[in-house]
Amino acid sequence: MFWTAATALLSHWRCRPIQFATLVFGLSLATALWSGVQAINAEARASYARAASVLDQNALTQLVPRDGNSIPQATFANLRRAGWNISPVIEGDHRFGNVRVRLIGIDPLTTPGKVGGFEPDGSNDLAAFVSQPGVLIVSQATALKLSSHTDMQIKIAPDIPDGAAFTDIGMAERILERRGELSRLVVAPDQRPDLPALDRLAPEIAIKPPGDRPDVAQLTDSFHLNLTAFGFLAFAVGLFIVYATIGLAFEQRRATFRTLRSLGVSLSSLTLLLMTELLVLAFLAGLVGVMIGYFVASLLLPGVAATLQGLYGASVPGTLTIRPEWWATGLVVAIAGTIGSSAQSLWQVRRMPLLTAAQPRAWARARAVGIRLQLLGGLVLLITSAILAVFGHGLSTGFAVLGCLLLGAALMLPGVLSAFLALLQRQSSHALVTWFWADTRQQLPGLSLALMALLLALAANIGVGTMVSSFRLTFIGWLDQRLAAELYLTARDENEASRLRAWLPAHSTSVLPIWSVEGDVLGDRLQIFGAAANDSTYRENWPLLLGTADVWDRVAAGQGALVNEQLWRGKKLSIGNELALPGGWSVPVVGIYSDYGNPRGQVIVGIDALAAHYPNVPKLRYGVRIAPADAPALKERMTSEFGLPAENVIDQASLKRQSRAVFDQTFAVTGALNVFTLGVAGFAMFSSLLTLSGVRLPQLAPVWAMGITRRDLALLEMLRTLALWLATFVVAVPVGLGLAWVLLSIVNVEAFGWRLPMRIFPTDWLVLGLVALAAAIVSVVIPLRRLATIGPSDLLRVFANER
Amino acid sequence: MNGRRTLAVLISAALAMALPAVAIPQGFAGLGSTADGFAVPHPGVPLLFPADHGAHPDFRIEWWYVTANLQGEDGAQYGVQWTLFRSALAPGNQSGWSNPQIWMGHAAVTTKGRHFVAEKLARGGVGQSGVEAQPFSAWIDDWEMKGLPNPGADPLDSVSLHATGKDFGYALDLSAKGPLVLQGDQGYSVKSAEGQASYYYSQPFYDVSGSLDIAGKTVRVTGKAWLDREWSSQPLAKDQTGWEWFSLHLDTGEKVMAFRLRDSRGGYTSANWISADGKPMPLPPGSLEVTPVRSARIGDRDVPVAWRVRIPLRGLDVTTDPLNDHAWMATTTPYWEGPVTFTGSSAGRGYLEMTGY
Amino acid sequence: MLLSLRNVSKSYTTAEGRLEILKSIDFDLDAGESVALTGESGSGKSTLLHLAGGLDHPDTGQILSVGRDIAALEDQGRAEYRRTAVGLVFQQFNLIPSLDIGANISFHARLAGRHDPGWERELVQRLGIEPLLARYPDQLSGGQQQRVAIGRTLAARPPLVLADEPTGNLDEVTGDAVLDIMLSLTRSAGAALLMVTHSSRLAQRLDRRVHLHGGKIA
Repeated sequence: MFWTAATALLSHWRCRPIQFATLVFGLSLATALWSGVQAINAEARASYARAASVLDQNALTQLVPRDGNSIPQATFANLRRAGWNISPVIEGDHRFGNVRVRLIGIDPLTTPGKVGGFEPDGSNDLAAFVSQPGVLIVSQATALKLSSHTDMQIKIAPDIPDGAAFTDIGMAERILERRGELSRLVVAPDQRPDLPALDRLAPEIAIKPPGDRPDVAQLTDSFHLNLTAFGFLAFAVGLFIVYATIGLAFEQRRATFRTLRSLGVSLSSLTLLLMTELLVLAFLAGLVGVMIGYFVASLLLPGVAATLQGLYGASVPGTLTIRPEWWATGLVVAIAGTIGSSAQSLWQVRRMPLLTAAQPRAWARARAVGIRLQLLGGLVLLITSAILAVFGHGLSTGFAVLGCLLLGAALMLPGVLSAFLALLQRQSSHALVTWFWADTRQQLPGLSLALMALLLALAANIGVGTMVSSFRLTFIGWLDQRLAAELYLTARDENEASRLRAWLPAHSTSVLPIWSVEGDVLGDRLQIFGAAANDSTYRENWPLLLGTADVWDRVAAGQGALVNEQLWRGKKLSIGNELALPGGWSVPVVGIYSDYGNPRGQVIVGIDALAAHYPNVPKLRYGVRIAPADAPALKERMTSEFGLPAENVIDQASLKRQSRAVFDQTFAVTGALNVFTLGVAGFAMFSSLLTLSGVRLPQLAPVWAMGITRRDLALLEMLRTLALWLATFVVAVPVGLGLAWVLLSIVNVEAFGWRLPMRIFPTDWLVLGLVALAAAIVSVVIPLRRLATIGPSDLLRVFANER
Repeated sequence: MNGRRTLAVLISAALAMALPAVAIPQGFAGLGSTADGFAVPHPGVPLLFPADHGAHPDFRIEWWYVTANLQGEDGAQYGVQWTLFRSALAPGNQSGWSNPQIWMGHAAVTTKGRHFVAEKLARGGVGQSGVEAQPFSAWIDDWEMKGLPNPGADPLDSVSLHATGKDFGYALDLSAKGPLVLQGDQGYSVKSAEGQASYYYSQPFYDVSGSLDIAGKTVRVTGKAWLDREWSSQPLAKDQTGWEWFSLHLDTGEKVMAFRLRDSRGGYTSANWISADGKPMPLPPGSLEVTPVRSARIGDRDVPVAWRVRIPLRGLDVTTDPLNDHAWMATTTPYWEGPVTFTGSSAGRGYLEMTGY
Repeated sequence: MLLSLRNVSKSYTTAEGRLEILKSIDFDLDAGESVALTGESGSGKSTLLHLAGGLDHPDTGQILSVGRDIAALEDQGRAEYRRTAVGLVFQQFNLIPSLDIGANISFHARLAGRHDPGWERELVQRLGIEPLLARYPDQLSGGQQQRVAIGRTLAARPPLVLADEPTGNLDEVTGDAVLDIMLSLTRSAGAALLMVTHSSRLAQRLDRRVHLHGGKIA
């Protein structure tokens, strides 16, 4: 009996393949974007965690120098002799040829952690590791790049991030020229009881507790939150489709349900059957969705990896691993989504009386009361959003503002449209026009989910688009100012650098050193740059947000420091604040400069002051000013005459090009997600219209019978869709601008530390509007073709007596 | 975590090859016995003190090896081991992380029921571990054997010994009641028929007092200790698979050092009879006979823990019995090292070391 | 002659093959006349009504109605005919759910360009639906809805009213009342009425009765 009943229920789908496809595809699409985004996040997070655990041994407590310089070797020995079980690390960046790697020198005898899954291949590994010429343990990719640039033995280990190399501390000490200066000490988990206190033994070092989350994971938080928000948006939009389709399928099968029940199928059996049907469907669709999601993620991941590399310097592999955390959650989400979307329909089946005659119930369930409640809820959300925007702070508040704004606007949409349509209806005198508006209003509940989805997608597009375009415009203007030197050079070693310093002045207008050290400032590890502040280049070009009148003189004299916007906002500094710099000196803050694309704080001091306080500063990089026309010739001479490798000389134009490429790459993913979301919203619109077209006939047939041709009716239906689309689009513009404002003024400031002016790009909206219009037309074409070509007999069936 | 190996595994795999050449012959096959660039012991070279108490970085391997038979105020018997090994990957001792000397410390406390072991690794050149002859100090991390001020005497005559490990620790004062004893031919100790040899001297006359910390309880102890100093570059012949080594304090005040290196033929033995006033009487090869009496199951190995030791030339025929059958040193390269008592023609206490099981 | 069918045949293609519904029907209806069309299920009475209403095409034959040859008209022409020349009342009342009762009543008249508030007011009074004007169709009972449907049809003053079982969904008492009002209003509007019914009792109340059997007039 179970099977017979099941067959009867399932036959519905055979008769309505499009509906079936809509359901499966809608759910798959929703799951796909969700699991795709989750896959990307999981991959990136796993990569950060791996990098942190491998490179930083961040699961362990560390001892770091208090002033940001280094730890003397003797301190290590003293601590060991006092019983501290610690292991030394010497690390730094090094170029092997033109390959830059983070070199991490460890002491294999004391290190408590692992080295990236390196498999010793038997005999004499330790001897080889600590003896000349030494071993570099690297990833496959790094090994390929390095092979021709070093005579050290290269070994591949699976878990080492690209661009990093482990080696013996003795090798690192020699290569990085550290002479016993240790970068940090790793504290092993097992320690003797009654250890003598650290501040008595070595007051110059500080304890850094085990970081539960890697730095880069915190830096990239906002980016991943962004992705997640998009994934969730797409998922929600997809669920609209599922909700609508399931509702329709249940509605259309009411007669079947009643028949089955009157034939003795119990209510619980029927519910069980329907649940089973839905779960099987959800599982299949979820499976398909996870597969599409994998595909989507594979497509997006290289872009994401480039973004993360460009914005945060985080290395994420461009290939995707199938991880249970995202495909399992994808399936769970698909099933949960289906259950959620069908709960109402199932509940109605359970409450359905056995004998009530089949009535053409209005498809629209939500009536005036529902719409009004929604309107009220939306208003509350919008007010909440405004209050949060004014009084809240923090990244999650920023996203809460966004969420409230979007959801509030979406909830209010049907009510606003309804009021607007009522107004139009009252304004019109012609019967057909009145009917048109009245009927459009009647359609609202059935279409409202799709319209809300469309609103979200459009607003997200406008908002994110405005943010990206504003950012791009500001960024490029800033880049033009900041990259003022005609050529940028990097010497291969200090010896070559000093030759450069001697050679260049005779061949150029001026030479600007680009030197930096790393150190702890206000509790963060950040870069301190030196600037030749006497040079007119800085005075004329360097973009300052704020500054004292004599800012450059004071910097040049070593009596003032500039800080970037990130540091200024992050530490709530103001001009005149005294800034303690590593090495025990301090200078007042005299200016703030914008520093887009840099996730960290930064300080600029006079170049002489830098060299005086940090005599070991690497002096490898220079900017060269020369008449632009002479730049190519100088570039040529740098390589041919001076002997600098071509890749160590970059001209301004290519540097700008590279910077722009990084920028564009950074937001490529956002763009792609935007397109996907819009696509899902378009599909939601399509499925809603298709759904409606099924129940529209009884509403249209009387009008047809009263003398309106099918063609005119189809035309009106088209106009109706377009009118709704247009209205939604009109609403989407302010919502999108609100979104952009929140992104620029709240989220970006919290996430990146910079605030950008908002620019408005109406042509972008036009393009988006046209794309959305095309999507709306495509979505309406199939349902309309059906209507325009429907046979009179189908319309007449509406009037048939035996219904 | 599948497929990943810890660095510790890397080290142990490597050290098994490189380091315990010091103690464990079977792991040493890879290096062979020819010394590339390392100095080699020669007969007839006089040992100079206190200079030779210090490290000899031009030799491949070296150790400072103390074993003590102790008695607690509670009446119980205890054994204590303190060892610092040095193993050079290359000759030389320059300062800094490129130093090729690798140091390894072993510490142990043996009671009737338990055996505590700890191990430490360090590289030379950075102050984490090393040995200085005068004033004497041999250390690795917070373990140290340190000469106490004793003007005019040999720096090793009076030393303190300190080590801690998981659940144990000790602090002992050692005071020599006799002279340093040169082993073999004036300190040149032959280790195989092919002529492999080391420099080897001992201080077997320490009286000990101090305290042990065992699982949080402190015990005052007194007893006897024995220091061995040995360095070489060509430790064992290729076919030698392990050894038994005995240091015996006879109740008469005499001391016996005896070892047998096992090989494919019947072993190479060596023994030294030391009079109560510290005069060494080296015995010719073949004077020593050792026979296992009883074995104990330790993990998946059978280890002979009781031995019959005979030196017919001196009328010695004793059977040794361990304080604890399970004095197993579960270190990077494992071996057996523990206190014994013996009875028979003479009685007394001592230490037994067995490798290659 | 207001409506005249000559030699009209109609068949449908069904799963069992071609099904002839009407076979060479000749039928006439005078202006102001009321005719009941009876017959059992499947006899073709609804089809005949649909053909007369310009809702469907005959396969062969000629249909002259209100001065037009509607069988020859295209979609556009037939729409115009439905808009201006006929009024349709169905068993399913087929009100427009999105419009209130007032708008429903004037809807057809406005489409036909014959909006006459005075006439509408009179109709509403006589139908007794005055208090319902601001309501929506789904808030009305079946009898009320059918009265609105009749009002809507007559408000457009069509010369020809076609009704398909107008009381089929109503109980007998309500049905009779609705029929009374429809007949009297049709008469006072001077419109002709062709009404499909399976009830002989109702058929007797009209001027004439035509019985269909097996696709022919019996």
